[in-house]
Amino acid sequence: MTALKQTTLSDLPLSDIDPSVQTRFQTGEHFEVFDRLREEAPVYFHESTQYGPFWSISKYKDIIEVEAQPKIFSSDAAYGGIWIKEQPKDTIRKSFMTADPPEHDVQRKVVNPIVSPTNLHDMEKRVRDIVNLVLDDLPINEEIDWVERVSVEVTGRVLCALMDFPVEERLDLTTWSDIVNTDVDAGTEITDEYKKLEALAPMIKKFKEMFAERSAMPPQNDLISMLAHSQETASMEPQQFVGMLVLLMVGGNDTTRNSISGGLDALNKFPEEYKKLRENPELVDSMVPEIIRWVTPVAHMRRTAMQDIEFKGQQIKKGDKVIMWYCSGNRDEDVIEDPYTFKIDRKNPRQHVSFGFGIHRCLGNRMAEMQLRILWEEILKRGWVIETTGEPERRFSNFVVGIDSLKAIVRAA
Amino acid sequence: MAKVTFVDHDGTKHEVEAPIGNNLMEIAVNNNIAGIDGDCGGMAACATCHVTVDPAWYAKTGARSEAEESMLTFLPEIAETARLGCQIEMTEELDGLVLHLPVEQF
Repeated sequence: MTALKQTTLSDLPLSDIDPSVQTRFQTGEHFEVFDRLREEAPVYFHESTQYGPFWSISKYKDIIEVEAQPKIFSSDAAYGGIWIKEQPKDTIRKSFMTADPPEHDVQRKVVNPIVSPTNLHDMEKRVRDIVNLVLDDLPINEEIDWVERVSVEVTGRVLCALMDFPVEERLDLTTWSDIVNTDVDAGTEITDEYKKLEALAPMIKKFKEMFAERSAMPPQNDLISMLAHSQETASMEPQQFVGMLVLLMVGGNDTTRNSISGGLDALNKFPEEYKKLRENPELVDSMVPEIIRWVTPVAHMRRTAMQDIEFKGQQIKKGDKVIMWYCSGNRDEDVIEDPYTFKIDRKNPRQHVSFGFGIHRCLGNRMAEMQLRILWEEILKRGWVIETTGEPERRFSNFVVGIDSLKAIVRAA
Repeated sequence: MAKVTFVDHDGTKHEVEAPIGNNLMEIAVNNNIAGIDGDCGGMAACATCHVTVDPAWYAKTGARSEAEESMLTFLPEIAETARLGCQIEMTEELDGLVLHLPVEQF
C-alpha cells in the first residue's frame, strides 16, 4: 500500500497497470486508469494481470462495436463466458447471458413476456404500492442505512412479485444474489467457486422446489411459472433452470439496488442538481437514466474472440479474452459531455452503456428504470429531503459496483 | 423538403422535415420525438428506435438486415411491419412516410 501511495498511477507505464484491481473500484481511482486507457490506448492488451492477459476496450463506440458482433466476440460459457476470472467448468450455471445464438435466442424469448408493455404496465401499480410501503416505514430525522431500509427492501419486494416468491423470505434473495456476486478474492469465507456453490445450496433447493410446484400448477404470470411451462425450457436440466433463475435474480436485484443507493449518493454530492430536482419533479424522467449511467452498476463484461481479427488497428487473436469496461465507456468525453458531472437534465440521458448493447442488452432495463422512477416520484411527493451522512461503503469488486451501506437521514418538508 | 410523420401510440401526429440520406432514427432524435432514443448511435444494437411502419409504406422501406432482425425478435411485442428506424435511410421515394411509435417506448 505504501508503494502505491508514493508512485502515483500517472507515473506508471500502462503495461504495469492492472485495470482490474478491485480496491481502486472502491476508492474511485479506477477512473484514472480508464481515463489513461481511453486517451493512450483505447484497445489495449494487458500482458500480465491477476487474471492473466486480456484486452481492455475502454471507448464507448468500441464497446458497442464488440457487442454488435456476437459471432466474433462470444459470450458462451464454453469459452469463458462473461467472466473476467476463469471459472472451473463444473461450477458453471449456464443461462442465455452466457450463450450465443441460436441457444441464447431460444431461452431469452421465453422470459421476454415479463418485460412486455402489458406486464410493465401491470407492474407499475404493484411497484408503487411496494415503494409506498417501504417509505411509510421510514423514521424521520433519524439516521438510517438507506441500503438496508430502502434499496434492499424495494428491489427485494419487487423481485418477489416478479417471481411470486414468498415475500417474508425476500432477504434470502438478497443474500443469495450477494453470494453469487462475491469476489472470491475479497477475503470472505467464500474463497472459491466450490465454496460459493456450497453456500448456494439452500437457493438451489428452493428454486428446484418452486420449479416443481409451478410445473404442477396451471400457468401464471411469474418468471418461474413461465420457465416451468414454456415448451423451450420446461424440460431443462435442473442446472440450467437454476442458472436462468440466478440470472434473473441477480439481474433484478443487485444492479437496481446499487443504483438506488448510488443515485442518492450522487444527488447529495451534486446539491445543485438535487435542488433542481425538488423544484422540477418532472426531471425524474431524465434523472433516472443519468443515475444508471453515473453508477454503471455492472463495471464490465467479458467476451472471447472466436477468430483472429484486426480491431481498431490491434491484432486480437482467436481465444483472447476481451473486457468491455462499461464504467469507462460511460465516462467517454467523445460521446458524453462533461462525463464526470452528474446532470439530471441531459438532452439524451439514455445514451450510456450501462445496459450493454446488442443481443445481450439488459432484459430488465425498463423494469429497473421503473423502480427508480417510482421511488423518486414518491419521495418527491412527500416533500422529503434525504441527506446522506457519510460516504458509501463500497464493495470489493471489479464487476458489481456495489454499495453495502449508505447512512442517511430523512428530513420532512 | 421531404416529410415524415411519427404517430404516438395515443394518435398524436408529428410531421417533421426529413433530409434525404439521414436515417429515420436521426430524424426522430433531431426532432425530439419522444420514444425514439437511438442509444447505440445507429448500429442496430439497442432497438430503442423501434418503429412500426404504416403497412402502406412497409415495402418501400426495404428489407430488415440480419442484426436488425435479431434485435427485433428480442422486443417483447412487435408488429409485422416493425423496423429499427436507424436501418431505414430517407429517400425521395419515402416522402410522406408514416411511422407509428410502439407503446412500450414511453
